[in-house]
Amino acid sequence: MKVIDMYDAPHTGRTVTSNDIKISARNVNVFYGDNHAIKDVSVDIEDKMVTAFIGPSGCGKSTFLRCLNRMNDTIESSRIEGTICIDDEDIYDRRVDPVQLRAKVGMVFQKPNPFPKSIYDNVAYGPKIHGMARNKAELDEIVEKALRRGAIWDEVKDRLHAPGTGLSGGQQQRLCIARAVATEPEVLLMDEPCSALDPIATAQVEELIDELRQDYSVVIVTHSMQQAARVSQKTAFFHLGNLVEYGETGKIFTNPEDSRTEAYITGRIG
Amino acid sequence: MTDASTNSAPAARKGASLHRTDPRTRRRNGAERRFRLYGAAAISMGLLFLCVLAVSIIRSGAPAFTHAVVEVEFTLSEAQFEEAESQLLKTAVYERYFNAALTAQLRDAGFDVAFDENTIRRIIGKTGGTIRSYYRADPDRVGESVTLDLPVSSRVNGYIKGRVTRENLLDSRFLTQADLDLVDAMRDRGLIETKFNWGFLTGKDSGVDNPGGAGIGASVVGSFFMMLVVLVLSLPIGVAASIYLEEFAPRNWFTDMIEVNISNLAAVPSIVFGILGLAVFIQFMHLPQSAPLVGGLVLTLMTLPTIIISTRASLKAVPPSIRDAALGVGASKMQSVFHHVLPLAMPGILTGTIIGLAQALGETAPLLLIGMVGFVARQYPDGVVDGFLDPNSAMPAQIYTWASRADPAFYEKAWGGIIVLLVFLLAMNIVAIILRRRFERRW
Amino acid sequence: MPVLWLVLIVATLALGGFFAGRRRALSDAGGDHRRLHSLPAYYGWNAALKVAVPAAGVLTVWLLAQPLVVGLVVVGDLPQDVVTEGSSMDLVMSEVRRTVSGLEGAVAAGVMSPEEARSPLLDAQRISEALREAGQIVSGQLPQPVISAAQQMRQLDNAGDWLMSGAALAAALAGLLWALRETGAAFRARNAVENGLRAVLVAAASLAVLTTLGIVLSLIFNTVEFFRIYPASEFFGSLTWSPSFGGRSELGIWPLLWGTLYISLIALIVAVPIGLFAAIYLSEYASRRVRSVVKPLLEVLAGIPTIVYGLFALLTVGPLLMEVFGNEGLGWMRSGTAVMTAGLVMGIMLIPFVSSLSDDIINAVPQSLRDGSYGLGATQSETIRKVILPAALPGIVGAILLATSRAIGETMIVVLGAGAAARLSLNPFDAMTTITAKIVSQLTGDADFSSPEALVAFALGMTLFVITLALNIVALVVVRKYREQYE
Repeated sequence: MKVIDMYDAPHTGRTVTSNDIKISARNVNVFYGDNHAIKDVSVDIEDKMVTAFIGPSGCGKSTFLRCLNRMNDTIESSRIEGTICIDDEDIYDRRVDPVQLRAKVGMVFQKPNPFPKSIYDNVAYGPKIHGMARNKAELDEIVEKALRRGAIWDEVKDRLHAPGTGLSGGQQQRLCIARAVATEPEVLLMDEPCSALDPIATAQVEELIDELRQDYSVVIVTHSMQQAARVSQKTAFFHLGNLVEYGETGKIFTNPEDSRTEAYITGRIG
Repeated sequence: MTDASTNSAPAARKGASLHRTDPRTRRRNGAERRFRLYGAAAISMGLLFLCVLAVSIIRSGAPAFTHAVVEVEFTLSEAQFEEAESQLLKTAVYERYFNAALTAQLRDAGFDVAFDENTIRRIIGKTGGTIRSYYRADPDRVGESVTLDLPVSSRVNGYIKGRVTRENLLDSRFLTQADLDLVDAMRDRGLIETKFNWGFLTGKDSGVDNPGGAGIGASVVGSFFMMLVVLVLSLPIGVAASIYLEEFAPRNWFTDMIEVNISNLAAVPSIVFGILGLAVFIQFMHLPQSAPLVGGLVLTLMTLPTIIISTRASLKAVPPSIRDAALGVGASKMQSVFHHVLPLAMPGILTGTIIGLAQALGETAPLLLIGMVGFVARQYPDGVVDGFLDPNSAMPAQIYTWASRADPAFYEKAWGGIIVLLVFLLAMNIVAIILRRRFERRW
Repeated sequence: MPVLWLVLIVATLALGGFFAGRRRALSDAGGDHRRLHSLPAYYGWNAALKVAVPAAGVLTVWLLAQPLVVGLVVVGDLPQDVVTEGSSMDLVMSEVRRTVSGLEGAVAAGVMSPEEARSPLLDAQRISEALREAGQIVSGQLPQPVISAAQQMRQLDNAGDWLMSGAALAAALAGLLWALRETGAAFRARNAVENGLRAVLVAAASLAVLTTLGIVLSLIFNTVEFFRIYPASEFFGSLTWSPSFGGRSELGIWPLLWGTLYISLIALIVAVPIGLFAAIYLSEYASRRVRSVVKPLLEVLAGIPTIVYGLFALLTVGPLLMEVFGNEGLGWMRSGTAVMTAGLVMGIMLIPFVSSLSDDIINAVPQSLRDGSYGLGATQSETIRKVILPAALPGIVGAILLATSRAIGETMIVVLGAGAAARLSLNPFDAMTTITAKIVSQLTGDADFSSPEALVAFALGMTLFVITLALNIVALVVVRKYREQYE
């Protein structure tokens, strides 16, 4: 697949380096009712790189991830403060339509959640609602490309019209990834994408994540430190709603600066 | 759900600013707003229907609770009483006295409208019987000056309430334009007043020619006896059946059959239960027709599935740990159910039962088939046994009876009956809600 | 009320049995209840149950069986020639029964001595006289065989009542003796009581099956009876419905079925979109506060008795439609009672059925599917239309089927709102009638239950039962499958 140059838009007159900052969050606070879930988090996420969020359960890593495509909007009691910019545009600006944002920032969920439709329709759903294909042939092409990108094409090409719910767990999750990339997002958010999968399926998905790095900025939440070490280039450690430490994955795992990080990766908290 | 989007131009999204909404998104958001509007419109429609229903019930039913009465000061002398009682046509004599008294009273008040005894008869109706029974009930009043409240005839009542207008009134032997002049004059002088109609609440059904005298009281009593039967039968049977199915029943074909039967019976049309009642209770077992006992039996069979379903839900809501705790100290299964599970589920069971009873109270169709319709609520039952076995009507069947009579004056009664019925239903539902609020336990 | 007395006697015996059983167990244990196997009360309950249950069983079976047996005996003894031309054995038997109740009334009123009522010399003249004196209605001259049959029936009934009392009391006493004999300190009274109680519970649960059986049997028997005197081919084949109690009725079901389906269709056209959109709005858009107010308010519509809707159709909606579509307006409508009137009002009644069932079903669609769709950048309405509704479709279809069954079986609205004329017409502003309305009209009033005009109601009821049963079963299966899918 051809790598698309994402920074040729005329209105952004910035110099572009290969590891440009894609998402920058500043002083983000999230509340669910009275519960202060995210406390003053600032972070820069780079393009074409896998960034892992790790931390014990309930530390806010998933919450923060869901802020990046405004999925938290669908929860009635949630409230967010601070700014999150993608390509220097505040995504919580009044002018931003979350629908448009989510087309640009795709998401893969913890549990594989294929729609109760055919495999084809699952993948075609996003392109259809965003009007990406002019005709059936184009749509077919998009679907095939996405399924290939999701490394599942060979397994399903003969049964595109079978229901997506009939696939195995690992296949379902790769189908969901294919579904997410079909809308050609620029950022791909993954919320513990392997937690419901067996080791073999996990390995396949991890391999896929590594490939996706070439085209997208991938943010993955995981509770498995080994997985973070395997797939990510940068790692952020969350604890009790705070971003404790953020840096090169190698450095975090071998030489953490913060004592809490060290305690977590050595298994004393978590 | 067709989608034309495959034909529209692909969005030039790549690298486009998020701060500018592209036309396609704008269009999609428009569709979103429209869709949301449909939803809101559907809700508003539903609520509007509810309002229209409520308003039309109250507006049409409220007049049934009032009636216009003529207030007449009247004195019957000892001699007149003796004379009237000695005649053959006693009531006619009383009527003559009364008309003379009223005529004099009206002349004194200075009416310059022409009227005769027939006019008064058309306005008030036959008064002789009423007056005679008034004095015979309490002979001490003879010779005293008393104020009589006599209800006006149903047509005049309709005129006063606005149901009958001068424009659509044709002179007939029932009422003439001239009578209405007199009625207007009497109203001006305060001789005709609108009062609360206790007779509607306490009365019995009346013949087709006397809509003014019809009351719902007797059929309330009929409904009461029916509900007694339903309560006494359906609560224990329903609870017993639910306990068996929820706590003891093994998984086998018989249990499955019972379950399927219960869920089906809950959806069988009520008229079919009426056919059952007619065929089994009346044709086969020869129980008396139109009896509240039979109505109660039919409604019991109808209500049982409702009660069983809600009782099972309440039993299911009691956590298994309670059962385990009882079994753990050596109680038998039966003891654990009757000592622990059932008392804990009781509020839920009672709530479900009340709601089931409310449903049964409003049910009409099966009652029509077992003969609780027509001119049956003629009298109050004499005793408890008669209450169950004597022909009587029930509130909804009485309402239907009135609604199917030709005289529109009965429609008012039907609407009034609906208000009474709804008041009962409301009260039952409020009790159910209070029970639920007070005793509901969250596990 | 001999049965009432019998019940009271048995109840007293049961009460006595309770105390006797208790006392006996305690005395056997020397007054120390710790030496008993079960708590003392269980011994009492054991005795009470063994008195009451057999007696109640005998009573119930006897009450059900006696009229049947007596009827059969009387029919067997009647000479064949009492059944005259144009009559039937059922007609004769109902005459016999009327005579029996007439005689009872006459004896009760004291105008006839019990001996005279039994005397073989009793003739029709005397009966008519006595009945008139007792204030009862007499019709025509009774043939002598009918009188003797009535006397025989009275005698048999009387004997049966005595036998029943004897049998019930014997059963009660036998139960009491049995219980007292087995009572002792070592007797496992609790287990015995619990087994008995369990049997009572099973019996209560079986009542549902019995009810269905009762419905099916009463429908089948009378339907078979109907088809014996009226050809089934005409019932299912004729396009005319014109019952006349003078004979020569045409009783084709099609006009009624058409009216039923037409009204149901209009009701669904009103209820399904409104109910479905209301459910969608409540489950997907409405805030919790709006939901907590609006949902119960809509459900009030389901709690209103159907007679209220019937009156609403007859007196409010009908006249309202007449103003627009009647002779003053568009001239399509001749009277206020019409398919449209009944359909509209029934639609209003069905809104909460559709909306609460669909609401439950939409809520059962897992949140992960919504997230998946939002995550791809779908708007809420796109998510609903393309993901949630297709996923919920089987359940919604089930809900609509249930609403349809409700509409087909609804009676009061159509009796009051749809009119009485059976016709096959396409104009929704025509008066038409339905299966349920005709069941009511054929079975109310003083129709003779053995005439085809009355019996046809059972055939109609059978049709109605079969249709609604099929719809209910399909709907239940569909909804259950749907729920299992997401459990």
